[in-house]
Amino acid sequence: MTDRAATEAWEPSSLELERRLARKRASRRSVLIALVSTVVFAAVAGWAVLSSPGWEDVQQAFFNPEVAKDAFPKILEGLWLNIRVLFFATIAVAVVATLLAVMRSLRGPVWFPLRALATGYTDLFRGLPVLIVLYLVGFGIPALNPENRISVAVLGTIGITLCYSAYVAEVLRAGMEAVHPSQRIAARSLGLSHAKTLRLVVIPQALRKVVPALMNDFVSMQKDVGLISVLGAVDAVRAAQIATASTYNFTPYVVAGLLFVAMSFPMIRLTDHVSARMAAREQQGGTV
Amino acid sequence: MSVLELHDVHKLFGDNHVLKGVDLTIDEHEVVVVIGASGSGKSTLMRTINLIERVDDGRILLSGDDITDPAVDVDKVRARIGVVFQHFNLFPHMRVIDNVTLAARKVHGTDPAVARDRAIGLLEKFGLGEKVRDYPDRLSGGQQQRVAIVRAIMTDPELLLLDEITSALDPMLVGEVLDLVRDLKAQGSTMLMATHEMSFARSVADRIVFMHGGRPLEIGPPEQIFGDPQQPETREFLARVTHR
Repeated sequence: MTDRAATEAWEPSSLELERRLARKRASRRSVLIALVSTVVFAAVAGWAVLSSPGWEDVQQAFFNPEVAKDAFPKILEGLWLNIRVLFFATIAVAVVATLLAVMRSLRGPVWFPLRALATGYTDLFRGLPVLIVLYLVGFGIPALNPENRISVAVLGTIGITLCYSAYVAEVLRAGMEAVHPSQRIAARSLGLSHAKTLRLVVIPQALRKVVPALMNDFVSMQKDVGLISVLGAVDAVRAAQIATASTYNFTPYVVAGLLFVAMSFPMIRLTDHVSARMAAREQQGGTV
Repeated sequence: MSVLELHDVHKLFGDNHVLKGVDLTIDEHEVVVVIGASGSGKSTLMRTINLIERVDDGRILLSGDDITDPAVDVDKVRARIGVVFQHFNLFPHMRVIDNVTLAARKVHGTDPAVARDRAIGLLEKFGLGEKVRDYPDRLSGGQQQRVAIVRAIMTDPELLLLDEITSALDPMLVGEVLDLVRDLKAQGSTMLMATHEMSFARSVADRIVFMHGGRPLEIGPPEQIFGDPQQPETREFLARVTHR
């Protein structure tokens, strides 16, 4: 292979080495500028907060380490409930939303009732505030059958699933519609049925298109599972509320908030990473 | 002075050494046509000149200015070069007139009315006067590519890069685009063009560059390259593409 030999023989010229050095210098300069501006910004923001007249009281009421330490175990225990709810709700949302999206994409007059049902469902549950759905499910379903008590965590999971299925279904449907019609035509021309076309050709491509949007919905759901506290489930938010009620101090809320942020942080970073990678793939090199 | 000078230009994608030291000079009013097999580095060469790809070694001069200097403002450089793509790349949400005048209005700061008059003049000259208010999806491929060429020459670029501009067109529509390129040559535009249209290359080029393995293996006037190629690789390539 003469090509390989040429590559091995090639060494960057002094011109190129000089250029690389210049680029390195320029990037070092921009890092330095970023560093300085960040420090200045943090100093100004910190000074503005710390020098405000009520800071000492706020520190006592919101950032009390003693209270935080006492409340932490209970809140963490509550967060475990949130995580379990999130786990089951995610699975349920994936199944229900896919069904809804497929129902909405069915063609032909026979399927009108299913199509209408799916459309009505997504219209309704995207419009309803999550809190109202939780109240209706949490207090409505038990009232139907007062004999059997269903755990509030289960009811909360159902409520969250109802809401998020509607959103995720619309994201999936948008993705399916974004797959170029020629792909459908090609699949149908091979003799694949509508269902097989969806399953083998359209949905795999659609999913790839909507991964960032889906991950964003997941991040949103991660914090909305905290709303099940309104039903009385002792999750992280509820645990913080209980601790606050007994200490007259708001620090537990701050602790719970930080825990939720910590929980969503990996997913947020992963979403950024995936989006960037997909953008890079579409760009196919090039530095525009 | 030469419009474009390439000195020992290298480009690597990972271990793949795509350009292995390209030297090339294009003088004012000269039309240089690059031919070669897929993967020979034609497109990469075009992209390095437009600064879409950063060279890994060597120097590119545009009218004497080193455009591979890290301190150079790439947007300013690109504003001096016109590019026409294989797939037209017109903006689908803009009318023909807005596509054509975009750079003049937003990059060069030309008065919109002036830009508009000039654009309409150019479009009429190239038989697109009827299409001024249309959106690109109402146009045939040949019309779209002609609009794309008008967009590229609208701001009087020092150099025009044409990257396989007829490869995505119906054979029926290739002629109208190539006729436009002939008109541009007659007006004295400086062009670097990659193409698979050998007969066109032969008739329009002042010089032909045969790319092989990331290098210009043979450079010369069309009569020499097509009539009496010196390198066996050139002969083999031409035999394949012209079915002789």
